Order: sequence, then structure tokens, then C-alpha cells
Amino acid sequence: MLEIKNLHAAVVGGKEILKGIDLTIRDGEIHALMGTNGAGKSTLSKVIVGDPSYEVTEGTITFNGADVLAMKTEERAHAGIFMSFQQPVEIPGVSMTNFMRAAVNARRKALGLEALKSTDFLKLMRDKRKLVDIDNKLVNRSVNEGFSGGEKKRNEIFQMAMLEPSFCILDETDSGLDVDALRIVAEGFNKLRKPDTSALVITHYQRLLDYIRPDIVHVLLDGRIVKTAGPELALQIEEQGFDWIKDETK
Amino acid sequence: MANEFVKKVAEEKYKFGFTTDVHTEIIDKGLNEDVIRLISSKKGEPDWLLEFRLQAFRYWQTQTQPTWGHLRLPDIDYQAISYYADPTKKKDNAQSKEIDPELMKTFDKLGIPLEERLALSGTAVDAVMDSVSVKTTFKEKLSEKGIIFCSISEAVKKHPDLVRQYLGQVVPYRDNYFAALNSAVFSDGSFVYIPKNTRCPMELSTYFRINARNTGQFERTLIVCDEGSYVSYLEGCTAPMRDENQLHAAIVEIMVMDNAEVKYSTVQNWYPGDAEGKGGVLNLVTKRGLLKGANSKLSWTQVETGSAITWKYPSCVLQGDNSQAEFYSVAVTNNFQQADTGTKMIHIGKNTRSTIISKGISAGRSENSYRGLVRVGRKADNARNYSSCDSLLLGSLCGAHTFPYMDVQNNTATVEHEATTSKISEDQLLYCNQRGISTEEAVGLIVNGYAKEVLNKLPMEFAVEAQKLLSVSLEGTVG
Repeated sequence: MLEIKNLHAAVVGGKEILKGIDLTIRDGEIHALMGTNGAGKSTLSKVIVGDPSYEVTEGTITFNGADVLAMKTEERAHAGIFMSFQQPVEIPGVSMTNFMRAAVNARRKALGLEALKSTDFLKLMRDKRKLVDIDNKLVNRSVNEGFSGGEKKRNEIFQMAMLEPSFCILDETDSGLDVDALRIVAEGFNKLRKPDTSALVITHYQRLLDYIRPDIVHVLLDGRIVKTAGPELALQIEEQGFDWIKDETK
Repeated sequence: MANEFVKKVAEEKYKFGFTTDVHTEIIDKGLNEDVIRLISSKKGEPDWLLEFRLQAFRYWQTQTQPTWGHLRLPDIDYQAISYYADPTKKKDNAQSKEIDPELMKTFDKLGIPLEERLALSGTAVDAVMDSVSVKTTFKEKLSEKGIIFCSISEAVKKHPDLVRQYLGQVVPYRDNYFAALNSAVFSDGSFVYIPKNTRCPMELSTYFRINARNTGQFERTLIVCDEGSYVSYLEGCTAPMRDENQLHAAIVEIMVMDNAEVKYSTVQNWYPGDAEGKGGVLNLVTKRGLLKGANSKLSWTQVETGSAITWKYPSCVLQGDNSQAEFYSVAVTNNFQQADTGTKMIHIGKNTRSTIISKGISAGRSENSYRGLVRVGRKADNARNYSSCDSLLLGSLCGAHTFPYMDVQNNTATVEHEATTSKISEDQLLYCNQRGISTEEAVGLIVNGYAKEVLNKLPMEFAVEAQKLLSVSLEGTVG
């Protein structure tokens, strides 16, 4: 369970972006987070994973009872937090195989497990690749280098498959994807999802939520969650935009 | 973050910084003709070699230390250095042939076992400590094929004609200040001769170790690869951690005949000095190959992680028609290290081709320069060169510089030069961290990925070592 209480955060040395967030995501729940540009959606996701360019000025985040803010970024990953990046970065020269081997074995080490043998690791790569239907060619290239937008997003889901997180943040996974690519990525996520996997799905649009169905929808405006409701809220926003919510909160 | 960074760098350890407690005969400090005569007599050299040394010394005295490098080279007091240290010399002059177990242990610790049964598969080693070769392995096995692999001192005694024929032919003592110094006082190094139409069945390697205090190491290596032959040669180096600088001024000469091929790989890991820039080896080296024969090939691959100062330009003179030369380099500088390194490709013959791939990695407050010359002579029709020089910066206090020189006198030549500078971005680190990879491991991954093109050129076992070395050299450079 992820619990966020009264979270305030700012760009390091800059202005406050999150102005008191309260959010509880129980195991197995899918929460959608919607809001206008600049409302703080991506900031919230980056603060949860531990991007050092943001500082938390007040409040707490716990994950399964552990103090997330006291953990390094990689320790949060070892604990089972995963983020599918909005714009996955390219790492030239580092093969996906070496990258995933480092990631999988770092997590295993943190959990007190032996590093995977090469043959076992390659088998794992093969199995997961099939599961999310990602081309072998992509896996043999450098991390995200020269990947199309759709390939990058699919690669994020592949990494999720490899790391088997218990809590996932999908940060605008739908941006830059055409309908077919969106469907493939969303179906990949659904396939991987276990009954107790929880997720925070950040999006501007209903269309991603047609595939990944949220239990709860939140609206974030100007650093605060101003409205929380069931999945019907996303449909209403799709039709009417955010202005009516802004009016409500005035 | 910055404080954490400084702390981590300071805590870094140089794995090879131990000293060996062994009886070492060291001659008095200072440099003059008597010292040169003493070195020559200790090595029991013929007159022509003493004369060669004296000529070089007299020339050296007329010269001054070069200042064109992008380096802050400290004033070197050449009279405060001892020019000969022999760790194999027994106390009371006992004539035993046994090698001191301490020396064996030292090389074991460095991962260079001197017992043939323990050797890395397929590698013969010449192990040099200070001024003397301690042991050369697999000499007998190689001699069955007519291959000569021994210390240069031994070669002077056993194969004087060969040494006399080739010594100083590729790098004459007048070449530069440090080459003149080396020619005057050189001690040990390796000699390799591959006879015609012979493919050397093993990797040959020399491991250089500086141990004694206040001494300089002046190694001299000479490789001759005769017509239609092939050899792959590896060189490794380490030194103890000391507060004062140690001078290492070497010469490597390579002669490649018709249809012959030489691969020369170096992993240079001399002590780089501490986090404050105190101590470390001054590595002032002249390496050059002459592609004398038609269709000859020479490839230099170097991984430079050590030394306080590196001044080194492994070069190729492409004299034979259709000859091909390559230079692959990774140079890493951290803390206060300075490197000014690169290559010279001198095209003389027709249809000659050269490739330069240089990858500089700078961290801490270091300065890392690539300096390269591509010269195409008037008669070098259809010569081609491709140069690619990349710099990777870790942190904002270090420097990366590129000094490419081109001199093309033949208009059928094709010369290409590309250069890039990049940094490891915060986004890349966040991405790795989010996948559970620590910053240090991420830097290692990214740097090794960046250097992959060069590392792939190294023989397998060397490549693995070099990869580890790159990660260790850069530990804690990104906070």
C-alpha cells in the first residue's frame, strides 16, 4: 500500500509545485490521475520515485509501511516501485541485455538473492519478450537508442515485465502513441498485472482508461487533488474538460 | 551532493599501490656520463651500445623539456633520480639462479603468475620490475618456432646483430627530449622477433612494475615482425602509491615487414596520484611503429587509466604501399590527472589507410586532451584516414580538449575527422536508478558502453580487466 500524506514538494531551489497531496493506493487498486498541463502530475510521480531535482518540503510517503522519502531512488525500485517514463531516455552503447542484467541483479542483491546465471537470465529475457510481444531486434540494441516513440513505450512495459514491480506509475504512457500502439502497450500492462499489483496512471485522456480501467479517478489542479470519484469522472472530463471542476473549487 | 562526491573520490583506493620488500641494488642518484657507463657495464653491454647511449646523452644535454603539451608538467630534477634499480640482485652477491619468492609473490598478487603452469591460457609474459626483467615465460616453447621473446638485455647478449640492426631505427634518439633520455639510460624491456611466415601461437606480454623509491623506469621495447608473420602483444603497468612523482620514460619501437601484422595492446594503470593530486607516475612515452613492408598492418589499442601525467602518442609510419594502421584509445582522467595523448599517422606509401578512434573520459578536476596528426605525403596516392574523437565529461570541473592537426600534400587523399563531446545526463542516471541500478554502477555501464568500440579490440582477458578498471577508476565521480 502506498500512502501519501500532506505532501509538499518543490523544484530544488525553485517554486513549490505540490501543495499538500493526500493519496492512498491499496494493493490491487488502479488510480487514475488527471489534470491540466503544469498541475503537478509528473512532479508527483517523480517525487515518488525519488528524482533528485525535486525536494520534499513537508509530508510523508510510505510504501508497505516503509518510509519512502528516506530511501534512495534505487532502493525504492528494489522495494517494488516502477515508473514507465513519459520520455524514456536513450543510453548509447549500453545494450538492453546488459542494462536489464544490471537492473535485475541489483534488485536480487537487495533482496538477498544470488545473481542470475547468464543462461537463466537470457531465458528470462526471452520469456518476457514474448509476453509483451517486443521484437528481438529492439532487445539487442542500445537502451532506447533510435527507438520510435511507440517502441520506447513498449520497452518500458518490457522492463516492467522483467522487474515485476508491485506498484507501477504510468506517466503519460499514452502520449505520442497511435491507437494501435496504445492498445498493445495497455494490453501488455494488463497481462503483467497481478491481483495485488497497484498502479497510478497519469493521463490527459479517457482513451488509455478504456484499456486500463481505473478503480478511482483523481483530478490534480495547481498542486492539489481537488476531486476524487469513480471511473465515471474520467468520462465526464473527456466530455466537459476541467473548467467545471475549477469552478467548483473556487 | 558535491561534498559527498569529494568524499567518495577521496576514499577511492588504488588496488595495486602496495610495495614489495625486497633487497634492491640501487645506484646513486644523478645523471652523467659515468652513470651511463656504470649502467652499461652492469648490463655487460658491447661498446657500440655504450656509444649509442653516450651519443644520446650528449644530444639530450643540448635539449630542453618540451612545453607544447596541454599539461602542467612539474620541473623534473634529473639529478634527484636513480637510473638503475635491480630487485633481483642478491645480498652478498650470491650467484643463485632462484628468483626471490617475494618477487614471485608480487607478480602473483598483480595477477601475473610467473609459473608457466599457472599462466593465463595462451599468454607468455616478460615481467619487468624497476630496471630488470625478473622472468620471461615460455621462452623455450616459442624458440621452437624460431620466435625470440626475451628481455632486451638478454637480446643484446644473445642476438646482438638483430638488436643492432633495428634499435633506434623507428625512434631515433634525436626524436624528442624524452626519447633521447631513454636512449641514454634505458634499462629493461622486451625484445620480440617473429621470423618470416610465422604466426606467433601465443599472446606475448610484458608487465612493467615500478617498486623502488626515487627511481625512474626507462623501459625499451623492440618488436620486429618479419615478412608474412603475425604477433599480438600486450603491455600492462602498475606502481606503488607514493607521495612523490615517479618518472617513466619509455620507448617502444615496432617494425612491420611485407604482409606482416602486429597488434599492440596496452592497459596502462600506473599510480595516478591521490585525490589531492599528490604523487603519481609521470608517463612520458614514445611509441612508434614503422609499416615498412607492403600490405603490412599495425594496430595500437590503449586503455589509459593511470599516471598523474600521460604524454604519449603511439604512432604509425605507413611507408609500405597498401599498409593499414589503426589507433584505438580510451583515456580516463580523474582527480588531478592530466593526459595529452593521441597518435600520428604518417602516410608515405600509396593506398595506405589509417583509422583513429579516440575516446576521452574526464572526471574530477582532470584535464584530458586528444592530440593527433594526420600527414599525407606527396607520393601517398589514394591515402585514406578516418578520425573520430569523442569526449565524455563527468562533472563540471574537468576539461576535455581536442587538437587535431592535418597536413595533406596529395590531392587524391581522403581525410575525415569527426568529434563529439557529451556528458552523462541526470536523466540517464535517474532512469538507471529507477530501474534499481546504483549511480556508481550506472556510470560504469555508461562509460563501458561509450568505450565499447575500443574495448572490443582488446584480447578477451584484457578486455574484462579493462572494463573493471574503467569502473573502478571512475568510482564516485558522479554524486
